[in-house]
Amino acid sequence: MYKIIERRMIAPNLHEFTVLAPAVAAAAKPGNFVIVRPDQYGERIPLSVADWDGEAGTVTSIFMQVGQSTARLARLKPGDTIPTFVGPLGKETVIENVGTVLCVGGCYGIGSIFPVARALKEAGNRVYTVIEARSSFLLYWEDRLSKVSDKLFVITRDGTKGLKGHIDKIPELMQRAGIVPNLVIVNGCTFQMMRVSQVTKPLAWKTIVNMNPIMIDGTGMCGVCRLSVGGKMKFACVDGPDFDGHEIDWAEFLARRKSYNPEEVDPLRRSGCQSHF
Amino acid sequence: MAEEKPEKKKIDLKRRSMPKQNEWERIKNFDEVALGYPIQVAVEEAARCLQCKKPLCNQGCPVGIDIPGFIKCIVDGDFGSGVRKIKETNALPAICGRVCPQEEQCEKTCVLSKKEAPIAIGRLERFLADLEAAEGKIEVPKMASKTGRKVAIVGAGPAGVTVANDLIILGHDVTIYEALHECGGVLMYGIPEFRLPKAIVNREVDYVRSLGVKIYTDFVVGKTRTVDALLKEFDAIFVGSGAGLPWFMEIPGENLNGVYSANEYLTRVNLMKGFRFPEFKTPVKRPSRVAVVGGGNVAMDSARTAVRLGADEVHLVYRRSRTELPARAEEAENAEEEGVIFDLLTLPIRLIGDERGWIKQMECLKMELGEPDSSGRRKPIPVEGSNFIVAFDAVVIAIGNSPNPLIPMTTPGLEISKKGGIVTNPDTARTSRPNIWAGGDIVRGAATVISAMGDGRIAAASMHKFLTNQEQP
Repeated sequence: MYKIIERRMIAPNLHEFTVLAPAVAAAAKPGNFVIVRPDQYGERIPLSVADWDGEAGTVTSIFMQVGQSTARLARLKPGDTIPTFVGPLGKETVIENVGTVLCVGGCYGIGSIFPVARALKEAGNRVYTVIEARSSFLLYWEDRLSKVSDKLFVITRDGTKGLKGHIDKIPELMQRAGIVPNLVIVNGCTFQMMRVSQVTKPLAWKTIVNMNPIMIDGTGMCGVCRLSVGGKMKFACVDGPDFDGHEIDWAEFLARRKSYNPEEVDPLRRSGCQSHF
Repeated sequence: MAEEKPEKKKIDLKRRSMPKQNEWERIKNFDEVALGYPIQVAVEEAARCLQCKKPLCNQGCPVGIDIPGFIKCIVDGDFGSGVRKIKETNALPAICGRVCPQEEQCEKTCVLSKKEAPIAIGRLERFLADLEAAEGKIEVPKMASKTGRKVAIVGAGPAGVTVANDLIILGHDVTIYEALHECGGVLMYGIPEFRLPKAIVNREVDYVRSLGVKIYTDFVVGKTRTVDALLKEFDAIFVGSGAGLPWFMEIPGENLNGVYSANEYLTRVNLMKGFRFPEFKTPVKRPSRVAVVGGGNVAMDSARTAVRLGADEVHLVYRRSRTELPARAEEAENAEEEGVIFDLLTLPIRLIGDERGWIKQMECLKMELGEPDSSGRRKPIPVEGSNFIVAFDAVVIAIGNSPNPLIPMTTPGLEISKKGGIVTNPDTARTSRPNIWAGGDIVRGAATVISAMGDGRIAAASMHKFLTNQEQP
């Protein structure tokens, strides 16, 4: 059993979730995910890692409450236990000094882009970070991201903070700031990763996305996380989760991502934020 | 009493059948289909054994069970000794008695198979194991004194559990690391409840644990810790990390919704207990027209699972003919009894989706059999212009899988085959690295439970020699 150290709502429907799992904490890297089971009847769901503390033996993720499993996680209190917390899984994000990197986060990905930005900064890159939300009250970790970024940009759809608009304003934002990234890395909901990939493609900005398909075992056995990358079948749990966003068949991925919506989400749909799933 | 010249016993060629759940009942539940021999029938069946002076049956057994020995115990009514005899070489008798392909192994070499009435060795093995469990008197074998040598085992499947059993008895300190949240590997996620109840898997794993084997679940060797990190703590490692990514046909439409690998489909139902959704939270679809592509045991398991999930029509689509079906005859018969329709000599060439990305139809070709190919089976050849389209709302692809990629990807210096498996010396199960052994599906790709256990037995013997410094230089 794995003990919950912290579980608090840091923005409406978004939870910071810290679990005592020393073996996972000792091995976690940016871009990894863990598989969690909320209780003995629960399904196995992947969560991207957002931070870890090797000494304390803890691992932190940010999750959005969308389906019944995340609803159960959202009810956990510090001191409670969960039966499964396994990882770190997936290949880590490649961290190299490439010059200028643009990190993009949205939803739970504002959390999981943090260790990516931190590692890229430590590797000597100029790191610019863009976070996006529907409104300013859905943002979090701006202080942490500011510390590991040369500059933090904010986009909100209602204009309550930063630039008003959608994530596809990124080229405009970068042009105004005079930034041409050598690499773009996106962590966030499928829709956001797709839109960023679509707008960076004509600019030929290499774009890596941290994919988030449905998974079961997460260890290269079941094959449910398959997706088409450059016309080839890939498995997010062992070949990814990072892939070239310009090569992904997004329509297929979005359809697969929604395949269990009726069973998982519809009975619990509350947020109205359908594009986040 | 003893006669000078014993009267020649009349050979009883009536192989005793095992009671099964009726097909009209069993298609509505996930309970075990085969119910096991009652004591009287087991004794009658055992009494048919000729007790050959030079038995051939043992030679067909990958783990070398003393088959005539345990059968004699049944005839004598000494069931406790019988199960002890099996456990000398097989830690998992209740499982092997159920899922071994005996007709290809011990029962094939039984002399009575010439008369088409081999002794039902598997059923008798199962009988003894179940009886022991029912009586609740599980005996612990004699254990050697501690050697102080430490062994790590990757994966609590049939190969890993066999190695653990053998090495703990020989006095070594044994730790198993299992990636999933339950032990048993394919016995847990792959083979359905109706063929191998999970309580039995838990029982046999608990037995090995009771011998002192430490088991950590939720620990993915290669990710949580690498093999090389473990080698700083352990003297030797056995890798039994099992099956990996499912194979697909590489035809259009395989990523449509409603198209599943057998691994996914069966894992949802077996490991995650999706058949009890919503009590268990992992959902599984309950489509009405299901096609299962493939002809092996996994295909049969998938088709029979679809029947139990309430499908109106389940088709097993296989490109060769009935005679080439790789599944056990017994499983194919069970599937047919349960209403699975066999579309033989049929090759899917395209999966067609609706506008929302869900599978709607499958286009197939009819096949005919040509000359034998490299596998010795007659090669299926497409019949030109025989294309036809059938409506399905789910397709399960059960054509095999590659070995799990995680250990090969994260363990430098390990020789890997073209197909992605770890290369071992078949006589020792040792890999290209001197303190790493491997066996089961990680070496063979998709094979059987008993061949994994056979690998485990070979590895354990070789590891023991290494650990006790008895190796020839």
